[in-house]
Order: sequence, then C-alpha cells, then structure tokens
Amino acid sequence: MSSKNISMRDALHRALWEEMERDERVFVMGEEVGKWNGTHKVTRDMLDHFGPRRVKDTPISEMAIGGAAVGAAMYGLRPVAEMMTINFAFLAIDAIINHAAKVHYMFNGQFTVPLVIRAATGWGMQATATHSHMPEPIFAHFPGLYVGCPSNAGDAYGMLKAAIRDDNPVLFTETIALYPKPGPVPDDPDYIVPIGKADIKRPGKDVTIVSFARGVEWSLKAADALAKEGIECEVVDLRWLRPLDTATVFESFRKTNRCVIVEECLPHYSLGSEIAAQIQENCFDYMDAPIKRVSAMDVPLPFAKDIELAALPDEHKVIAAVKEVLG
Amino acid sequence: MAALKKETLLEWYRQMVLIRQFEDRCADLYFNSKKITGVYMHLYSGHEAVGVGALGALKETDHVITAYRDHGLALIRGVSADAIMAEMMGKRTGTSGGKGGSMHIASRQHNFWGGYAIVGGHLPLATGLALGARYNNTDEVVVSMIGDGATNNGYFHEALNMSQLWDLPNVWIIENNLVGMGTRIEDSSGQTELHKRAIAFGMKDLGRVDGQDVFKMYEAASEAVEYARKSGPVLIEALTYRYEGHGVSDKTFDKRFGDELKAWEARDPINILAHHITTKYKNMDAELEAIKAETLKVVDASVEFASNSPDPDLNDLVANVYVGRDYDVI
Ligand SMILES: Cc1ncc(C[n+]2csc(CCOP(=O)(O)OP(=O)(O)O)c2C)c(N)n1
Repeated sequence: MSSKNISMRDALHRALWEEMERDERVFVMGEEVGKWNGTHKVTRDMLDHFGPRRVKDTPISEMAIGGAAVGAAMYGLRPVAEMMTINFAFLAIDAIINHAAKVHYMFNGQFTVPLVIRAATGWGMQATATHSHMPEPIFAHFPGLYVGCPSNAGDAYGMLKAAIRDDNPVLFTETIALYPKPGPVPDDPDYIVPIGKADIKRPGKDVTIVSFARGVEWSLKAADALAKEGIECEVVDLRWLRPLDTATVFESFRKTNRCVIVEECLPHYSLGSEIAAQIQENCFDYMDAPIKRVSAMDVPLPFAKDIELAALPDEHKVIAAVKEVLG
Repeated sequence: MAALKKETLLEWYRQMVLIRQFEDRCADLYFNSKKITGVYMHLYSGHEAVGVGALGALKETDHVITAYRDHGLALIRGVSADAIMAEMMGKRTGTSGGKGGSMHIASRQHNFWGGYAIVGGHLPLATGLALGARYNNTDEVVVSMIGDGATNNGYFHEALNMSQLWDLPNVWIIENNLVGMGTRIEDSSGQTELHKRAIAFGMKDLGRVDGQDVFKMYEAASEAVEYARKSGPVLIEALTYRYEGHGVSDKTFDKRFGDELKAWEARDPINILAHHITTKYKNMDAELEAIKAETLKVVDASVEFASNSPDPDLNDLVANVYVGRDYDVI
C-alpha cells in the first residue's frame, strides 16, 4: 500500500477532513475549532472549507458540548466533538458516561449514539497538576463507550476513521507529545484500523511489553536497547483500551511467559492493574515471573521540569522493569 | 388563537384523567401490592395541565424530552399504557425492555426521547436534538421540560446559552412546582421568578403561566412553538404543584408544607378543565364519566398486560451494550 510520511497532527486532520467530505452527517464542534483553527490545529482550515454549519465553535461549556453532541448523535448526525484537552472532559464526564455510554442500553436499543469525542491528552510539558493527566482508564471503566488512543500517525488516521464510521460513542484521545511526530500514513482513504484490535509493533520471544499511546515509543526504544544485549521484547500496542484486545495479549504472554505494562497513567486502578489481573486470571500456568508495571508516579504533577520528568515513565524505567522480570 | 373544538377539550380531559389514574395505580402497585419495586418512582399528578397543554401545541414530528417525572408525558405523547406499565414493573414488554425503569421511559416512534434521571442531564441533549433538526433543515421543534431545581445546575445554563447562540428550535418549559425534593425555590434560587433566567441568555421570555389551567398552558405553548419554529428558542415558566411526595421515598411530604397542598388541590387542573367543559356545553356529566370509565379500563388492562408479561432474561442483560457487537462480559 502506498503511503506518505506525515505528522500525527496532519494524519488526524486528513482523516477528519476526508470523513466530512464523505458523509454530510459528520460535523465538528468544540472550543476554538473554527475561527482559531483548533487549539491543536487538527481542525485547521475546516471552517473556511466546510462553513459554520459543519464547523461549530462553542462556548466554554464542556457539559453542553458533550451533551449536545449526544443529542445530535441520537437525532442521526455524526458529531465529532473536541474537548480542548482531556482535563476539561472531567466537566463533561456525566454527559460522556451517564449519557453517551448508557442511552443505547438504557432505552433498549431505541437510540444510537454515533459520536466521537476527541481530546488531547498526556503530560510532561510543564503543564502542571490540573493540566497533566492521562485518565483514559477512568473512561475505559464503563461499558457502552469505546476508548481509542493511537501511538503513531498511521494508526491515528485509521483509528479516527473507524471511530467516526462506527455507530457507538468513542472517546478518542490524542497524545499532545505525539502530534508533531511523523510516520507513514496510507494513501487509501478507506484505511481503517478495526476497533478493538491491538497491534504487535515488534515481535520478540523473551518478554511481552503491553502499552499504548506514548508508552509505545518508550517501549520500542527500550526494546531496541535490550536487543543489543540479546533480550527480545515483544511490544504489543493495544491501540484501544475498550474493547481491550486481551486475546493478543494472552497469546503473546503464553509465548514469553513474562510481562511488563507501560503506561503514562497513574498506577492505581490503571490499565496496568487491569492487564495484570487478566493475565493472572487467564494465563496463570504460563507465568514465570511477577508482572511489572511502569506507570507515572502516584503524585499530582509538579511544574519544575526535572521533578516533573522524574515522575514520568521513560525507556530507562522500561529497561529496568524488563530486566527485573527476567530475574 | 383559533377556537378549540369540543373534541380537543374532551381529548385533553381524557389525557389528564388517564395520567391521574395511571399515577394513582402506580402508587398502589408500589405501596400495596408491591408489584412495582425499586427505589425511584416520581409521579406527575398535579402537573397534568402543563404537559397536556404544552404537548397539545405540537405536531407528531416535533420532539419531547424530560427528566425522570416522565410517565405522564409519555402517555400524552401516545405511548401505550401497557408498555409504560410493563416498564414500571421491569418487564420485557416495557418501553425499555425492563432495563430503564420508571425514570427512563422513551419511545423513539413517538419522538418521545425519554426521561433522564440525572438532574439537568437531558437539557444539552435537547440542544443537540434541536441542532439536528436545524442541521437537517426541518421545521421540527424540541420541547424540554425542566424542574425548578434543575435551573440551578450547570447543564441548564450551558444548554440554554448554546441553544440561544445557535438560534435553535428549543421550547424550554420550566415546570415550577415550587420545590425540588425538599428544597423550596426561595432556598435554592437568587432569582425566584425563574422565567427571568431567559434575560441572561438573551432568550425570548414568555413569562410565567398558570400551569393548572390547560387553556393558558396551551396558549403559551402555541406561541412558544410558533416562535421556536420560525425564530429560535423561548423559555416559559409554568407554575404548578406536585400532589405526591418527590418520589416514593418521600413519606413526609404532606406534613412539610402545611395547607399548601389543599390550596393547590382547590385549583385542580382536571377540575378546572371539567368545569370549563360543563359550563360551555350542556349535559356533559355523563360523557365525562364515560371517559373516566374508559381510561380506568386502559389502566386496568395495562396492569393485566404487565403482570402477564415475561421478565427480561440473561440475554437481555447483555444486549444493547454496544451497537452491532456481541458483548463479552468479563
Ligand atoms: C445531578 C443530580 N443531582 C442530584 C440528584 C438527586 N435529585 C433527584 S430529583 C432532585 C430534585 C429536582 O427537583 P426539580 O428539578 O425541581 O424537579 P421535580 O422533582 O420537582 O420535578 C434531586 C436533587 C440527581 N438526580 N441528579
């Protein structure tokens, strides 16, 4: 398949643009998405091209952005609502969890909610405590919602298309640090990354590293370094936290018998907790070592750069964890 | 306003009586025979004229959405009493297959978008429905009922502001029954004339309406609906009163506010309409009695239907979590 090397920002922009061209029901709404060209420039030039009917600047009203997007989706439109960053989605958590995720079930299938909520996520930019979160596991806790978190440009492109074309509500988070990173993006406008399908980013036989979003970058760097020492890591990029592709994780684990989970999230009640629990429930006989988690430190993030970075995972912490599970 | 036909008045009477009887029966099924279970059930008795007058101004293609006090509005919209009663009892034949309960009655085919149990949660949904109606270039309007208590949460402000900003066809109706659970409006709102909130949004304010009088309600709603269809959102405040406790858990209601209930019962919405009908037309008593007997049969039949309906099963438990995907519960 032919492809071009573009940034994740441009890949998302292209995916959204093409989906809006393809389906008139798709429209974007959110703070600063129009005249300002998008806080992260994913919606740049869209107001000029598609006009105010399809590109709706909203007030700073996260509850209403979430709720109105749910209502419009129930009506039959396919909103792509932007939360400027995931931190502000906390104000919309009721619209997302109590409404978007439950309306289909609660009314026994009478309504569907074909909605995508995009939110920029992640930390490590001295954004400070209130603006530094990767709370995706909180959202992935709830049945009725899908949660997608791409780690690179190509996946971002195919995952956003899958999310927009699906009839279920999707929380789609975009790691800010990954926006500028280039990667190959297929030229095919129907390139889709199936919802709930993980991807093995690097095969290996010694240790399974399970990760998503920016954690994949740290994991791959660690795997490169470890390969020089003769340790072969298999890096599983989950891509979607819901539905969680446990089959791929279990298959890898049954081969390597050891696992490290790498996440930008806080450690308590996190993705790491979930994967570790599921592996021990399903693959106990294959376990050769305790499962290790590499997460952010369990503190609110500070401003000062050095201590901020000290609280975050990186490839060195991944390398140390892999060595630990190898004993 | 064009003169109302006799049949319209009788139809309103039928709807109001049906609601009252249905709600009375629900209370009986909950407190006495215990056929309705659970912890939440909020009755519409006392509010009938607000719903009947407001929804009477709509076309079938218009939309209605409300909070958890939703049975009455569903009945007005034409949802069958059988399916509503079955939902009350958690039956598979209920409007939500027994998965929604009393607070989540909806019927897509009647453009009744549901009851919602998070206070204010349905208000931005109404904004979104109206956005859809406008986006698709229809002439549909969306009527949303709002409790007086709900005017104090953020959803109210965000949803109404957005509705005004985008000139959406929303008719916002505050059902001011003076109290939210046990908190009086004087104890919850700096501005107790709730329709004045419209001013803050630059929204058309249609003022306060006597919600006990179905004619006044219908007149105000007709003006509102016409305005919303052509121009944009409007806000109405209907004054009414809740005859029962807040919900089934509210046992001390009668004693809390002294004789207030009696004063409101003296202006009972059904009696006001009946009085109007019997004054305007001769020898109507027998006809009104016949309507009451008819609606009672509808209620009886709904209980019969619901009682004999199957319960949802374990397949239903995991159905409709997602669209188009079998759901593997961990
Ligand atoms: C967000 C939220 N907060 C609190 C509640 C609990 N609660 C349910 S109904 C209610 C009172 C609402 O009163 P009002 O809006 O006036 O409606 P009414 O019950 O009078 O119809 C409260 C506080 C809730 N369901 N949702």
